[in-house]
Amino acid sequence: MADQATAWQLILNGDAALFAIVRLSLLVSLSAVALAALIAMPLGAILALTHFPARPVLVVLLNALMGLPSVLVGLAVYLLLSRSGPLGEMGILFTPSAMVIAQTILIVPIIAALTRQTIEDLWLEYRDELTAMNVGPLGRMAALLWDARFSLMTALLAGFGRAAAEVGAVMIVGGNIDGFTRTMTTAIALETSKGNLPLAMGLGLVLVVIVVAINAALWGTRAWADREAG
Amino acid sequence: MRAPTSDLPLVLDDVSLDAGGTRLIDRASLTIAPGAPTLIVGPNGAGKTSLLRLCMGLAAPSSGRITWGGRIDCAPTRRAIVFQRPVMLRRSAAANLGFALGQAGVPRRDRAKRIASLLDRVGLADLAQRPARRLSGGEQQRLALARALARDPELLLLDEPTASLDPAATRSVEEIVLNAAQSGIKIVMTTHDLGQVRRLAGDVIFLLRGGVCERRPVGDFLDNPAMPETVAFLRGDLVI
Repeated sequence: MADQATAWQLILNGDAALFAIVRLSLLVSLSAVALAALIAMPLGAILALTHFPARPVLVVLLNALMGLPSVLVGLAVYLLLSRSGPLGEMGILFTPSAMVIAQTILIVPIIAALTRQTIEDLWLEYRDELTAMNVGPLGRMAALLWDARFSLMTALLAGFGRAAAEVGAVMIVGGNIDGFTRTMTTAIALETSKGNLPLAMGLGLVLVVIVVAINAALWGTRAWADREAG
Repeated sequence: MRAPTSDLPLVLDDVSLDAGGTRLIDRASLTIAPGAPTLIVGPNGAGKTSLLRLCMGLAAPSSGRITWGGRIDCAPTRRAIVFQRPVMLRRSAAANLGFALGQAGVPRRDRAKRIASLLDRVGLADLAQRPARRLSGGEQQRLALARALARDPELLLLDEPTASLDPAATRSVEEIVLNAAQSGIKIVMTTHDLGQVRRLAGDVIFLLRGGVCERRPVGDFLDNPAMPETVAFLRGDLVI
């Protein structure tokens, strides 16, 4: 109980270190979601609307990659960005940029796979109308992505949940440097191993509250959208 | 005087359509030329919807040949279709029309005016900003008609547009169809309603088991049918 009281105190007193960590975590994960959405949504839509021999393989692969272990992504990005790696000259290993890259790679398969499913279902419904309106391939993609916009929020949410909760990738490519690349999850891991349970629990609580709040906001948006757009 | 890109006449030459081992359309030949509305009647499963899909170019014939204004493989720029259950885009009524106008190549600056006039034409001016999928069945059917008219078609195919509507909604749809016909659009429409045939048709195609059983001007069809199957159908017997 005492530990919990201290955790709450840290939050209520506006502990500067804690808020810096929260801020960085949100910045990294939200950037990764935005970047991944730009890549994954068109990718998912293309997979939904095209037919080529390797398509089933890609679809299965994409679905499988949804469960990609985050440490593996961390390792791959580490190898890419390390001094002797192919992208070593960029010098961004152990920076927030590297963490954004790693989390983007981690969640592109999630958003792409969910987008593909959503767009494929909507296409079945829209196919005849769009074909009759002589809509070309790019126009189809744009129309379907736009009309699926509220369903696709679920995909973004799944991506954000994964990014905000993972610890393996950001730990490896960020390095958990105090005040620079320390996120909520890496800090929780560190503080727990140090035995500083109040801070660990405070961070844990904040993480849960943020994830619940974002889910609630999106759920509210969807409910509103269902009423408005049908 | 016909424009070089005209879709008419639409000619089906010995066309068959097979799907999943079933023959949906069986060696149908017919010509759709400009003129009064052509109504297609026939029992369920006679192939009315399949015939419209072929006419629209949504289905390719398994054998035979379809030409629009003499051309094969003609993109649907001068023809439009309203499905029996039209699918509304998840946008406002006005945005549904805006999308169709955009696809038809209408410049952005002209769209607002066209949208307003189309909504007015189908009596939905007050519901412009309403989400299309929140409209009633009759309103959706009228919006679908407006969306088809937005493409400025020469040929308008309608698949039982009043099938599930009450008399008032049916009447407003029929008025829109008649107005379109009077403005020079060739209407080809399927129906189950012989009263509707009398009200709208110039000529009638009786479709049976995927084939054209009889095609005649509406007066002859209703009062003086040639085929025994047509006689039985008009009498209300179950023709299969």
